[in-house]
Amino acid sequence: MNNSAYDVVIVGAGIVGAACTDELAHRGLRVVVVDGDIIGSGATAAGMGHIVVMDDSDAQFALTRYSQQLWQELRPELPDDVEYEQCGTIWVAADEGEMLEVRRKRDYYAKRGVPTEALDPQALYRLEPNLRRGLAGGLLVPEDGVLYPPCAARFLMERAQKRGAKLHLGVPVAQIGRGQVRLRDGTEIAAEIIVNAAGAFAAELTPGLEIKKRKGHLVITDRYPGFVRHQLVELGYLKSAHSVSGDSVAFNVQPRRTGQILIGSSRQYGAEHKEVENSMLVRMLQRAQEYMPGLAQLSTVRTWTGFRAATPDKLPLIGPWVGSTTGSTTGNTTGEAAGGATGDQSIFLATGHEGLGITTSLGTARILADQITRTKPQIPIEPYLPTRTAKEYAHA
Amino acid sequence: MRSEITVTVNGKPVVVPSGTTVAVAMMLAGQACRTSVSGEPRGPLCGMGICFECRVAIDGISHCRGCQVLCELGMQVTTEK
Amino acid sequence: MRTGNASDYREVKQMNREAQRHFEILVIGGGPAGMAAAARAAEAGARVGIVDDNFGFGGQIWRSESNGARSDNGKKTESSQWVERVRASGAIALCGLRVVHQPEPGVLLAENLDSFYEFTYEKLVLATGAREIFLPFPGWTLPNVMGAGGLQAMVKCGLPVRGKRVVVAGAGPLLLAVAVYLRKHGAEIPVICEQASWGSLAKFGLALFSWPKKILQGFQLKRDLVGIPIAANSWPLAAHGQQAIESVTISRAGKNENIPCDYLACGFHLIPNIELPQLLGCAVNSGFVQVDDFQTTTVPSIFCAGEPTSVGGVELALIEGQIAGLAAAGRRIEAKSLFGKRRKARGFARLLDRTFRLRPELRSLSLSDTMVCRCEDVSYSRLRQHSSWRAAKLHTRCGMGPCQGRVCGPATQFLFDWNPDSVRPPVFPTRVETLAAITGPSQLQHSEVTGGQS
Repeated sequence: MNNSAYDVVIVGAGIVGAACTDELAHRGLRVVVVDGDIIGSGATAAGMGHIVVMDDSDAQFALTRYSQQLWQELRPELPDDVEYEQCGTIWVAADEGEMLEVRRKRDYYAKRGVPTEALDPQALYRLEPNLRRGLAGGLLVPEDGVLYPPCAARFLMERAQKRGAKLHLGVPVAQIGRGQVRLRDGTEIAAEIIVNAAGAFAAELTPGLEIKKRKGHLVITDRYPGFVRHQLVELGYLKSAHSVSGDSVAFNVQPRRTGQILIGSSRQYGAEHKEVENSMLVRMLQRAQEYMPGLAQLSTVRTWTGFRAATPDKLPLIGPWVGSTTGSTTGNTTGEAAGGATGDQSIFLATGHEGLGITTSLGTARILADQITRTKPQIPIEPYLPTRTAKEYAHA
Repeated sequence: MRSEITVTVNGKPVVVPSGTTVAVAMMLAGQACRTSVSGEPRGPLCGMGICFECRVAIDGISHCRGCQVLCELGMQVTTEK
Repeated sequence: MRTGNASDYREVKQMNREAQRHFEILVIGGGPAGMAAAARAAEAGARVGIVDDNFGFGGQIWRSESNGARSDNGKKTESSQWVERVRASGAIALCGLRVVHQPEPGVLLAENLDSFYEFTYEKLVLATGAREIFLPFPGWTLPNVMGAGGLQAMVKCGLPVRGKRVVVAGAGPLLLAVAVYLRKHGAEIPVICEQASWGSLAKFGLALFSWPKKILQGFQLKRDLVGIPIAANSWPLAAHGQQAIESVTISRAGKNENIPCDYLACGFHLIPNIELPQLLGCAVNSGFVQVDDFQTTTVPSIFCAGEPTSVGGVELALIEGQIAGLAAAGRRIEAKSLFGKRRKARGFARLLDRTFRLRPELRSLSLSDTMVCRCEDVSYSRLRQHSSWRAAKLHTRCGMGPCQGRVCGPATQFLFDWNPDSVRPPVFPTRVETLAAITGPSQLQHSEVTGGQS
């Protein structure tokens, strides 16, 4: 039936593509990865590299927690340049209203076995003396961490190659479908399964995919070891990530192992070009200075932007693609109903991770590989299936 | 006649003629301006403020380019880690 | 002339605070090209500001002694003449300021050690000069291994070299000028190692006859250089020492020689500072800013003069600066009258380029553990694994340090034939508060406090 050299073609050499390649190769499948650029050149290169549990929804929690634990298991094998640091996250509460949210999160995580600690102002300032005075406290999540994504993606790719996976980089992908990936130079690669892990560009290859680019800005400072010790996020971050339209900024800083400080975060819809926009930069930096006035004097070395891949319900798409928007509404959860109106059963998705691509890359790879190899997944996968979109977009 | 001023380099007083930059004061004191990521001692390279090898901490403020700052009386300069 | 001592510096900061923010013509860079542009534009009646990040004018090549000493026996040098001319023209001096970003067309953001400013302009003249090219070799990161211009700058800012042994090495006429300067200040120069061949240098010497002024300079140089051995086909192989350099091994006539020294002044010619022009959208060709006959870039309100258009020395910079200043001030006929002089001077730029092109042997100096990126300590062997600047940057952090690739960029371009990235703001490391203070278009005010003259 399939005479080609590969079982799976993965489109996209970012962290998600790399994790999927590694996992599928590990399970003995013959895999090739294609990408028009180098490993980790998209959102993987631009993002903050945090590994964080989030509780926006039970489904989001399940995937982030599962994946975070996979990262912890992987940690001893990670080389030095991946710079994995379990620095923990502190969700910062500006007022008593936000402290209620702190307690809610603490209880939510406690029920699910995630260690956390609610912090009163004294404890908060002991841990992070450079936060401004007058805050109400925070929630420490000690098992969260940060790493340097491009090197993590490269590690996973190299491990995949040792397991037999092949890389075909440097030529952009023109078209995918029906068991064929065609590159811009005419090269055709055939495989039974094609995984679209193209992140912010996924919709260009699979028409009908509801993925929007969500631009983000970042700034990195020179080395100031000890200025920030944990990843710090304001609870308002959730409002920013929640919104389905409009531009927003939120306080989010992160220490790198080098002692440099990453300052974020921002979200925009509808911005298509990569240029740094002063209006967003100013808003983001002013927000950051509000929480950490000492940032004002720090020297910034670089600014840049990146594009997250956002779905309407804020959960990634992992599994067989249903086809066009007029496609199947039968709601089947296995691969058989895939293909919908077009009948193309070869396309799987591993995309739409928004700001959680690094965190959930390993979990995504497992879930995807489980579906391809028809293995029982370790967490319920219905919330992430592309088949959900046909009936659930109406509710998003 | 040129005046002289005293600055402190890594805790030791150094007397320099007025008009001397901090980078030169470090060199006169035989001290490296900074220690690199892998632990090498470093001193000024370009002399014009673009290489950042002459970075020192001046009065507690880090990442000051020593070649761009003139010594002022009482300055406390330390090698940057 | 500004002497640059501490009280002058405070005066500079005060003047910056009081100075105007809006200019008809804003000149970025206070070296020969910038001064020429500012003087001519102001003499033509425009309201001109001239920004430089040093304490006084002169740029790199005409950097003044910061203690006020005159190394020219009190004669009026060409440099001091231009400084006087700028002062007399009424152009406003904005010293100690570094331009970091353009928030929007017509507005520039600048920073100094403790403050920041937004300037607005109608026309801009970019005279951002050039910097030395540094190539890695074993031991090049030792303290007291510096650029040739770098060591000269240190001496001008108070470093005594009397009785010290300084080996001068690399490429370009700057080596000779620096050797002469250091010798005048009492240094002992065992040798000048020029990587170009004797043939190239001979052609260079002969060609100088096309430029009468240069012959004179050549004779003066020859007189000044008497007693300093010059070795062509020669370059550094390794610097040795514990806490600082103690000796350098050079290649000379195919043999290796070890020379004890206190300093190594080593630079491999010049590369233009095109980061700001690029940020502002000016088109660049083979590493130089594209300009038309009137020194206009591809952005109609922006002019460029001096090294960023071609590395051609002081004379060309002065002519181009004048053309740019006159053109910016609308005096095109006067600008045109300088075209002939410029044509001649451009010939010298081409000669420089031909003579001091870097030879391929310089690509093989590094050992696998030689640091190439000094900010992030990335070794040669780690970089060689990657196929592009972007890949190397992403995976090793080369170029992500505070030098923003200004040192390792040209080096890796030469070593691996990599192409540099696009430029993003800020073009120099900038404080968070400076970036956060960018005002939007609707809020911008033209503050017109009448400030002091230079």
